[in-house]
Amino acid sequence: MRTAAMATLLALAISLPAAAAHAQATHDEGIQIGLSTDAVSITAGFSGADLTIFGSLEDADPQIARQGRYDVIVVLEGPARPVVVRRKDRVLGVWINLESEQFDNVPVSYSVASTRPFQDITQPDSYKQLSLGAGNIYMQPADPESPPATIAEFTKALRQRKAATGLYSENVGGVQFLSQNLFRATVRLAPDVPVGTHKARAFLFKNGVFVKESSAQLEIRKSGFEQAVFRLAHNHGFFYGFLSVSLAMLTGWMGRIVFRKD
Amino acid sequence: MSIYLPIAEISVNVFVLLAMGAAVGFLSGMFGVGGGFLITPLLIFYNIPPAIAVATGANQVIASSFSGALSHMKRGTLDFKLGGVLLAGGVVGSTVGIWVFSLLRSIGQLDLFISLLYVVMLGTVGGLMFYESVNAIRATRSGAAPTLKKSGQHNWIHRLPLKMRFRASKLFVSVIPIIALGAAIGFLSSIMGVGGGFIMVPALIYLLRVPTNVVIGTSLFQIIFTSAYTTLVHATTNQTVDAMLAFLLMVGGVAGAQYGVKAGQRLRGEQLRALLAMLVLAVAIRLAIDLFVTPPNIYSLSVPGAG
Repeated sequence: MRTAAMATLLALAISLPAAAAHAQATHDEGIQIGLSTDAVSITAGFSGADLTIFGSLEDADPQIARQGRYDVIVVLEGPARPVVVRRKDRVLGVWINLESEQFDNVPVSYSVASTRPFQDITQPDSYKQLSLGAGNIYMQPADPESPPATIAEFTKALRQRKAATGLYSENVGGVQFLSQNLFRATVRLAPDVPVGTHKARAFLFKNGVFVKESSAQLEIRKSGFEQAVFRLAHNHGFFYGFLSVSLAMLTGWMGRIVFRKD
Repeated sequence: MSIYLPIAEISVNVFVLLAMGAAVGFLSGMFGVGGGFLITPLLIFYNIPPAIAVATGANQVIASSFSGALSHMKRGTLDFKLGGVLLAGGVVGSTVGIWVFSLLRSIGQLDLFISLLYVVMLGTVGGLMFYESVNAIRATRSGAAPTLKKSGQHNWIHRLPLKMRFRASKLFVSVIPIIALGAAIGFLSSIMGVGGGFIMVPALIYLLRVPTNVVIGTSLFQIIFTSAYTTLVHATTNQTVDAMLAFLLMVGGVAGAQYGVKAGQRLRGEQLRALLAMLVLAVAIRLAIDLFVTPPNIYSLSVPGAG
């Protein structure tokens, strides 16, 4: 299939000057995605959500589209932050955090949706080249001196923990074509999705070959009240602490009034 | 119904938290303790990050001790002077404790230290209390008069210098053990998120010979300030106080406490102490098991420089 695709590309390259004559053969496909909103607010009732991203193919070949040989992978990547991975080991019967490895710039969340299972869309090598998929993101160790085996072990553990908490997720079949050109992608937002700027990217594959990519930005933030509390706690810690203490005293005092017995 | 906690940054079930607060409030009303030693482990079992569970536990304790101290103040069973001296020590202890807390958090050993401290403290206090109360129950069964601690009986603590008179407690004693006790409680309060009532009450009774009726009021009085101070410092240095979480626990706790007090009045003192001892031991054992059993995940993720 790949060789066939290469052959098609070669043929295209050769026939470029004659493009006008073979209009149906020289499709210059493009992909666009749009978000219904550029900001998602996390409110008090937030317990994870599905985010729908719409997109369209431009100048798609109707024949290829009919045969379902266009594939789309949509990624929603959270802001990158440093992470420490720790491993517990048994010391005198007690489990203690011993070894650790720090990584810089690890996406806090990474949700992928695709039209078909990943191994059916293209070769592992092209995923690697595009650093596409949770398994292919490059995690930069903070200490490059660490032995490669340790780095590999902790990188694997990092991905597994992220997947287990739902921050790294895959939704095979999460991208559906609504018409020949229009598609809809559903990516999962975990209940503890990080706030910040998220990047949505869509990758278009044609006959198993990467064609084009398009991206959009999404701001995830806490809604008014939660955001205000968070900001207050981080920027005016002492005042926030003072308010927390007052609230506790007030609650204790109210409790006595409501349940007064003496 | 779930609610998103702004500081812990996770969503939790409101009713679970209210029920947790109510259950602990019931027990704390029944036994006359703050309940911090139950709330913090419960929050940790419920997947709240330990750093947040501790700081929020301290915040929650204020509510129950404040309402308790108010009623003791009305009855005149609160020694302000003794409480004040305990408090002076408490502030020093908390400050050291918070410093240790931040240090442990940055080297990734905070969770272990919190668990170990809980196992050791709860195991010791629970064990001693259980031993004492079972003996008392046996003594009453065999018909012997309950042994009362003779006042005026002196131990080494009463030979220390810098003596001070505490009228409400009818006590003339050195301030050194009082400040040391306050400091120890302050230290535990900041690291364990507890008020420290379960250590303070026996220590005041058995070590300093403070009359039992003054002990609870005074202990509650000092706990308000130690936990308030702990809450403030945690909020300032670690930003780990979740006011939303604390509020839900308080509401449940204050309501539960009222029924706990009624239930407690139907039981005899030594029975109550034996029950409390078993509860304390159960929490200690549960935490100890977690230390020794192979964890489901030996890897954990955290933000550098924090928990």
